[in-house]
Amino acid sequence: MSDLNILLAGFGGQGILFTGKVIAYAGMMEGSEVSWLPSYGPEMRGGTANCSVCLSDRAIGSPLVVTPDVLVAMNLPSLERFEDDVVPGGLIIVDSSIISKKVSRTDVKAIYLDASGIAEANGLKGAANMVILGRMFKETGFCSEENLDKGLQKSIPPKKAALIDSNRKAIRLGMES
Amino acid sequence: MSMAERVLMKGNEAIAEAAIAAGCRHFFGYPITPQTEVAAYMSKRMPKIGGIYLQGESEVASINMVLGAGAAGVRVMTSTSSPGISLMAEGISYIAGSDVPCLIVNVQRGGPGLGGIQPSQADYCQATKASGHGDFHMLVFAPSTVQEMVDLVAGAFELGDKYRMPAMILSDGMLGQMMEPVTLPEPRDMRDDKEWAARGHDGKRAHNVINSLYINPQELESLVKARYEKYAVIVENEQRAEEYLADDADIIVVAFGASSRVSRSAVDMARKSGIKAGLVRPITLWPFPEKFLAKHAGHAKTFLSVEMSMGQMVDDVRLAIKCSRPVEFYGRTGGVIPTPKEVYDAIVRINGGGQR
Repeated sequence: MSDLNILLAGFGGQGILFTGKVIAYAGMMEGSEVSWLPSYGPEMRGGTANCSVCLSDRAIGSPLVVTPDVLVAMNLPSLERFEDDVVPGGLIIVDSSIISKKVSRTDVKAIYLDASGIAEANGLKGAANMVILGRMFKETGFCSEENLDKGLQKSIPPKKAALIDSNRKAIRLGMES
Repeated sequence: MSMAERVLMKGNEAIAEAAIAAGCRHFFGYPITPQTEVAAYMSKRMPKIGGIYLQGESEVASINMVLGAGAAGVRVMTSTSSPGISLMAEGISYIAGSDVPCLIVNVQRGGPGLGGIQPSQADYCQATKASGHGDFHMLVFAPSTVQEMVDLVAGAFELGDKYRMPAMILSDGMLGQMMEPVTLPEPRDMRDDKEWAARGHDGKRAHNVINSLYINPQELESLVKARYEKYAVIVENEQRAEEYLADDADIIVVAFGASSRVSRSAVDMARKSGIKAGLVRPITLWPFPEKFLAKHAGHAKTFLSVEMSMGQMVDDVRLAIKCSRPVEFYGRTGGVIPTPKEVYDAIVRINGGGQR
């Protein structure tokens, strides 16, 4: 793998930043150079949250992802704001349980995933982000399955270790979607 | 936490942990975005390791607490963001005028005024030239990665102690908020045994005085002059910069901190399209690494200063190369981060101009 620039965007509270952290940690376990840059400030409070994650085999220059290889859109404003920025041939994963609009570009791969629906049907309400992560992993293979799991474990503090299994299950559902 | 292990950390948290590892047990500050994680981290860690975390009622109070602790000889720090530094200016001047070492972290945001909370480098002139009233300088370090946030902390404390002066880490909201893998240093024990410090001694020696008030102008002048002799030694010995593809470059991009990361990507893009661009990244902003620029003035045709400000560093680049080459500028300000493509386009424009 050379470079993979990922932009995750949605509402605050959907676990956008956490998803980015799992990806960054998994990339680090894989031996890649990684960076994780959140949006911060008032826009995080009830508004949109987004997160840039860069994975590379070289030192990372700008950690701000302007032209993503992968866009994960978990709400409509995020899809509308970032769709045009995705590189030709890139990947857009749309949480279709929240966004009914289709991707208008024809030069990218678009995946519509009923992530919230899948999560809720399996008793994993609130884990739509991990379902999407599982699917993104399947599409990009940005790290080994083992390192993805290590990344998850590293991202959850010891006090909350009980949450590892449900997240793991949600990632698995995404992989199998 | 095993120290050799690589962990993902925010720049703000990494700088706090690095300061603790460097023996800092005194932190005084006041919360402000995008710096607050430094204070939050310290408030959790310091009580557990016998240190002091105290939130002052303002930045003004906090910097004067730093002066007090520093005068007593302990390793002490504060951190804030741009408007907070303006409030601290008086205290920073007192600290410099009292020859007291300390570490000041500025996680810059857009200005002037309350400005915004997004990353900026518009406090360059304030940090390097006018951190407060009077004749003085601070050591100013500009990290460009989270690892470097960590690595520069111990050195900043050490040089501050060595030269008895305040040191600043000039960071920005991007470096403070982003996470990257870091390896933390081994913690060290600090003995606070500075012979000049004003602290209890059971009457065993003459008492030390830490002061910045000198009514007699001749006395004050000679103290300031002695300080400037020390500054000359620092300018001679402490300049630091990183050079990247600079040795054969026609265009030397000069950028520090966050904008140097963007510039490095732009230099790579330029090289791919056959333009001989290189990067000189100042690590010390004061002393400004003029030696690292002057050495390239022979082969480089143009210098390009890339900043997240309106071009506050341009004159320093001009002086470093004695105006022997044109110094162009590209920048964004107000909290906007330039993209590699924008900087690449600036390089291409300059390159085209050079061929005409």
